[in-house]
Amino acid sequence: MSTRIFGEGIARREDPRLLTGQGRYLDDLGRDALAAAFVRSPHAHARIIDIDVTGALDVEGLVAVYTWEDLPGRVAEPLPLLIPHPALTHGRTGYALARDTVRHVGEPVVMVVARDRYLAEDAAERVRVEYETLPPVVGVEAAERAEHLVHDDVPGNVGAVLRQETGDVEAALAAAPHVLEFRLDIERSAATPLEGRGVHARWDADDGSLRVHSSTQTATSVRAAIAVKLGLPQGKVEVVAPDVGGGFGVKIVHPWPEEVLVPWAARLLGREVKWTEDRREHFVAAAHERAQVQHVRVGFDGAGRVLALDVRILHDHGAYTPYGVIIPIVTSTQLLGPYKIGVYRAEVVSLYTTTLIVTPYRGAGRPQGVFCMERTMDRIAAHLGRDRAGVRAANLIGPDEFPYDQGLTFQDGRPLIYDSGDYPALLAKVTDLIGWDGFPALKEAAAAEGRRIGIGLACYVEGTGVGPYEGGHVEIDSSGRVHVATGLTSQGQGHQTVFAQIAAAELGVPVEDVHVVTGDTRRFGYAVGTFASRAAVMSGNAIALACRRVRAKALRIAGEALEADPSDLDITDGVVHVRGDRSSGIPLRTVSVLSNPLRYAFDEQTALATQFAVGGPDTEPPVPHGEEPGLEGRDYYSPVRSTFAAGMHAAIVETDPDTAEIRVLRYAVVHDCGRLINPLVVEGQIHGGVAQGIGGALYERMAYDESGQLLNASFMDFLMPYATEVPRVETDHLETPSPLNPLGIKGAGEAGVIPVSAVIAAAVEDAEGIAITAMPLSPDALFRLRRTQPGALPPSDVGR
Amino acid sequence: MTEQAHRIELTVNGTLHVADAPARRLLSDFLRHDLGLTGTHVGCEHGVCGCCTVLLDGEPVRSCLTFAVTVTGRAVTTVEGLAAPDGTMSPVQRAFQKCHALQCGFCTPGFLCTVTALLRDTPHPTEEEVIEGISGNLCRCTGYQNIVKAVHRAAALIAEEAR
Repeated sequence: MSTRIFGEGIARREDPRLLTGQGRYLDDLGRDALAAAFVRSPHAHARIIDIDVTGALDVEGLVAVYTWEDLPGRVAEPLPLLIPHPALTHGRTGYALARDTVRHVGEPVVMVVARDRYLAEDAAERVRVEYETLPPVVGVEAAERAEHLVHDDVPGNVGAVLRQETGDVEAALAAAPHVLEFRLDIERSAATPLEGRGVHARWDADDGSLRVHSSTQTATSVRAAIAVKLGLPQGKVEVVAPDVGGGFGVKIVHPWPEEVLVPWAARLLGREVKWTEDRREHFVAAAHERAQVQHVRVGFDGAGRVLALDVRILHDHGAYTPYGVIIPIVTSTQLLGPYKIGVYRAEVVSLYTTTLIVTPYRGAGRPQGVFCMERTMDRIAAHLGRDRAGVRAANLIGPDEFPYDQGLTFQDGRPLIYDSGDYPALLAKVTDLIGWDGFPALKEAAAAEGRRIGIGLACYVEGTGVGPYEGGHVEIDSSGRVHVATGLTSQGQGHQTVFAQIAAAELGVPVEDVHVVTGDTRRFGYAVGTFASRAAVMSGNAIALACRRVRAKALRIAGEALEADPSDLDITDGVVHVRGDRSSGIPLRTVSVLSNPLRYAFDEQTALATQFAVGGPDTEPPVPHGEEPGLEGRDYYSPVRSTFAAGMHAAIVETDPDTAEIRVLRYAVVHDCGRLINPLVVEGQIHGGVAQGIGGALYERMAYDESGQLLNASFMDFLMPYATEVPRVETDHLETPSPLNPLGIKGAGEAGVIPVSAVIAAAVEDAEGIAITAMPLSPDALFRLRRTQPGALPPSDVGR
Repeated sequence: MTEQAHRIELTVNGTLHVADAPARRLLSDFLRHDLGLTGTHVGCEHGVCGCCTVLLDGEPVRSCLTFAVTVTGRAVTTVEGLAAPDGTMSPVQRAFQKCHALQCGFCTPGFLCTVTALLRDTPHPTEEEVIEGISGNLCRCTGYQNIVKAVHRAAALIAEEAR
């Protein structure tokens, strides 16, 4: 690294545009486009008997109405099952428009296209759909009882049974000095970005090509899916993710029904078509996450060391399984956290219900796994009468035990081997930061004033930067501007800044000269997407590697011009010079010109590279063998396996003795994501993650009634935290570089949200002396718990 | 069925705009789709998230809960009108960048309008006044901590530049 820009908390490059109203989000595009609206199922489970569109035909400005019967070829086939897995024996996906059965409220049934959105909704309102209702299946336990089936050909409503084990857990439980058995519950929540989904498509009939903008987390894969569905060569489909108003996982799912239908209609009609999701649609037609019921059996010794852990998890995946069993895999593997567990067995039963699909939301199964493990640690401590931090310390993997093989298979299909970390150091930092040891005195003093306060702690390990790969392209033009492109998309993570910092550091150029493009298949066609805290690790390293190629080429060309050995050269502020001597040098813009031998000149710069201006031996070709014209480079980063970030959170809460209101008094985070590219951005990710975690712990739930109606499908009723609900977060970092990648970085995107429910549950339990086994926890739920289990914490359902 | 259009004369960021729109046209849609000022965002269309907040005669309003016809003859300031005529960002905008008070940027225009009015009325807000002042706007990215910091910083910048 020739400059210190890597690691600096510089202000974001993307901000001036976003602060002045110059952002370009999906609905800001296509001002003259036709608007699409959808008639969606009002029933959780029903057969479609008849669709009558005649009422809609009177609406002025109506252009088209489509039902499943209008869809041709592959557009009419089920949507793809994105991630097949051997455990997913009964994977099912929906249709772009419902074929004959609807399986959740909000499933699209009819597409209407009109001159504007008001008229499209007018027309949609006039479409009459006759349904024969079928029995709903709501909640995992109803799904498991299987009195009714969601899909006729899926026995027991079981989509998948995923099992992983490291040994004979029954024998280990039988031999353990102490055994506890209990149940935990986590309700549904959702990513809920402030911008919903949206698609805009433009068909160029002359060129036979399609340009699609989508508010997506994966432009390249949306392109591949649309090309397949519409029978177009990939080269004739461009997909661009414009500014995206938050994703948090939900926008990784693709192709959405609308992502197939809007481009299809645009081609058919020869007109631009746009669909912008409204808030109610987002609640019932995008995706949810989190809901699980967990049955835990744990065996341990007198020091609290876990000798055996057996978990059986019922996972609610909703009506379809487009995203496979990723959440069950992540929950059951990341459950282990920073701990060495004697023998572990997990069985996740992934079940169909007649509710919205469940796909990754920030954390992607980790909050549930961490809730399970951390509640278990607290149970063990309570049973033994030991300090909760001490029980955790007794189980931590030591700093000298890396790489540490957990003996399981992770979500990338690779072994779950932790690359690096220092968990005892994290525990020491977080207990220091929150004042763990001094807390009993605080609690006693508060109690003397009639106040109830409690402290809680939770730890996590997060597999970040999963493969298979990302790429980077770097080009320095003849003005000295550095153009960086990578295929994955951005939803507010500051990629235009952090990737520019990486490129500036690698190339030795001012960060202001670097311009980053993400999520545009026109600029970079090979990519996977933005999820699993992978962008910095994957694209960051790919861009660094591409920069190294460009740098080597620049030094080679400059070496010839300066008659110096390239290994003696360095680049500072965009000028190549002999190391230690900046008196003479050659700017990269000139190197760029020299890299591209020209016949034609357009300005003074390019004149330098024309055939009568350039010298050199007559026996050599102008572009040497093995070289390419242009000062550019492309490279890919493809890791053997994931990196593993880690962190620990602690909180102090106060509960109101009368109203059961829960207030977070302090919230502390220590976090290790390897080397920091931009600490300001990392802190921002943590703050945002914790805020979503607080929402998930105390406020947010999807309230489905027994008929499968979502009762709180609005911001009036689904309680997302405002500034008044989110505590100030105190942070501290540890940096243990990853040995797996050139930059030594790990991901940071999801970390903040992962342990929050576990921390809050522990702190409330400590304040109240009541077992907290279900999240989220509202004041009325706590109030009811006080009435049903007054007095001491029950050790468990079964214990010895 | 042809909808009757109404003449709307609206001053937006100092410029008079005249356009015809149906009575049910929301101010947010009128600004975005009729006038092409897409800086004002729509996050919920039921008045909860605050993304669509604009200043109507200087006061913050939810443009998604306002019919465009009801504000004819009045003056609206949107996020596009907060910077100085030469393009210099306002103290509130600069403070948001400095403090990393935005991530995806979708809620940001609403916060900027809200905070601009807040600091005009309360130039030296306390921590509680800041939190209360922004408590009608949702942000899903930042956790609000850096937004609170930015409001204090903006207050300091405004005071400094008034000297």
